Amino acid sequence: MDTTLGTPTLSAIAFFLVIVVLTLAITYWAAKRTRSTKEFYAAGRSVSALQNGLALAGDYMSAASFLGITGLVALKGYDGMIYATGWLVGWPALMFLIAEPLRNLGKYTFADVVAFRLRQTPVRIASAVGGILTVLFYTIAQMVGSGNLIKLMFGISYESAVIIVGVIMMAYVLFGGMIATTWVQIIKAVLLLVGVTVLTGLVLAQFGFSPSALYAAVVERYSQAALEPGGLVTNPIDAVSLGLALMLGLLGLPHILMRFYTVPDARAARVSVLYATGFIGYFYIIIPIVGFGASALVGRDLITKIDAGGNMAAPLLAEQLAGTPFLGFIAAVAFATILAVVAGLTLAGASALSHDIYTHVIKGGHATEADQVRVARWATVAFGAFAVVLGIVFKGQNVAYMVGLAFAIACSANFPALFLSIVWRRFTTPGAVASILTGSILTVGLIVISPTVWVDILKYPQPIFPLRNPAIVSMTMAFAVGILVSLLTREPSAEAAFEDEKLRTYLGIGAE
Amino acid sequence: MRTSTPEMLASPPFKHLVRRRWLVSLSLLAVLFVTYYGYILLIAYDKPFMAQRIGEVTTLGIPLGVAVILVSWVLTAVYVVWANAAYDPEVRRLRDQVEHGRGR
Repeated sequence: MDTTLGTPTLSAIAFFLVIVVLTLAITYWAAKRTRSTKEFYAAGRSVSALQNGLALAGDYMSAASFLGITGLVALKGYDGMIYATGWLVGWPALMFLIAEPLRNLGKYTFADVVAFRLRQTPVRIASAVGGILTVLFYTIAQMVGSGNLIKLMFGISYESAVIIVGVIMMAYVLFGGMIATTWVQIIKAVLLLVGVTVLTGLVLAQFGFSPSALYAAVVERYSQAALEPGGLVTNPIDAVSLGLALMLGLLGLPHILMRFYTVPDARAARVSVLYATGFIGYFYIIIPIVGFGASALVGRDLITKIDAGGNMAAPLLAEQLAGTPFLGFIAAVAFATILAVVAGLTLAGASALSHDIYTHVIKGGHATEADQVRVARWATVAFGAFAVVLGIVFKGQNVAYMVGLAFAIACSANFPALFLSIVWRRFTTPGAVASILTGSILTVGLIVISPTVWVDILKYPQPIFPLRNPAIVSMTMAFAVGILVSLLTREPSAEAAFEDEKLRTYLGIGAE
Repeated sequence: MRTSTPEMLASPPFKHLVRRRWLVSLSLLAVLFVTYYGYILLIAYDKPFMAQRIGEVTTLGIPLGVAVILVSWVLTAVYVVWANAAYDPEVRRLRDQVEHGRGR
């Protein structure tokens, strides 16, 4: 089969331009409504539960999930499906453990919650370190992925692709803040859900709308092994460790947590998680059908010929089923997906720099509104430019492990401190700082000596640490160190404040 | 008369509310853990079980994978229904006592 993939077709460019013009028009509209910090960081807390549910889904469903999991299912069969389930199970946990307290206690960042009754300066600095590390690794993975994907789909150079993504998403965040970012994520979520639904429908139409007939075609072309668990889950401890990182890492992703401040109250926060879980769950249920469809209809040989990692399975399938215009649509959707995720990450990174470090550490909590918004915009430019530079520096590197690393840091550095600060009266400033630093340092250190980096990237024959994802060790240690150090220190002011905090946590009294 | 903060914190209804909130959410979390890690450990320890056919070629693993996602969503929905129907009205009642002194 011939493919126009890799050459800029008219339809791809047209769809892409429509999306860019539409989102920039929204940014222009949003810019006029973005003057205060509440508008810049939290969209004026005026986002509805349904809108936030879609935006959360848009923030979370990355091009890596769409293109990567389709490719994984196409090439490895059932193992791709196991991987897909792990991406959803964090959402209920997020709801049960932190969604409502987070909304009631915080203002703009998750560090607001951790620092609520502890000493501001040390806790803000430590939380910003954990938050920025998480966002940074996630951003590198997204930037490198987007450079490669856009190069493959549109045929433009890697560097131009990274710069185009950087410039457009910076325009969203810089001028339109959270209002524009929210709408970009909503549009992207709708486009992605529609695109994948149409693709699924087209696949099933080929098999008389019978999934069994689709599976039979996959088995006929390859073997029964495509529908059986393969090599993904072999070491149970490793599998559980990855599962913990995916599940509880969500509870420490700054760009996701930040979205909870955009809704008016805890009830809206709760309902928005239900919507998000519905949209994301639907996405992960139908994505394997697209993957199996690519396997049966396009074939593994052609998929790996275009891209060894299988990332082009969905675009190739789109082209084969509905021709070049639909390929153009899917390519433009993938592009929009990248823009929305990177915009959310940049806003989260910028708010850690401006709200946590500048306003609370440097200015001691006393900065004027105008000053704060100005610094937030500069932080956006700084973080966005840094992301572009990192994207270019890491060109050609294998960065797939960085998403896992981001989740591992999130669940080891950010989640334990956040959770303990909500539920435990005796949690102290030294305990929080020690927990965050233990989680950050241990995760990065262990992943370097794990098979993921030590063997796969650095090419040593034997790993020093046996697990591919260190979360089970690093998160446990972060909890243990946080509890131990808190028990060895006393902070009467924090214990006293815990009582007031409880009225705010559970009843929402005094919530912003 | 308005209920003071220490009075509210010490009051049985407030303590009951907090306890019930964690009882419900931690029970649902336990079900989620059993569902997801059960699925993962089943794959790790018993691949033939997951690979057994339930149709012509369809393996048991496929509906089980979909079930993990559906159960996750249903647990989320159960929490929302409970919180909207049982938790929120009690929160509003206690909140009013602190803020306006009504409902005593």
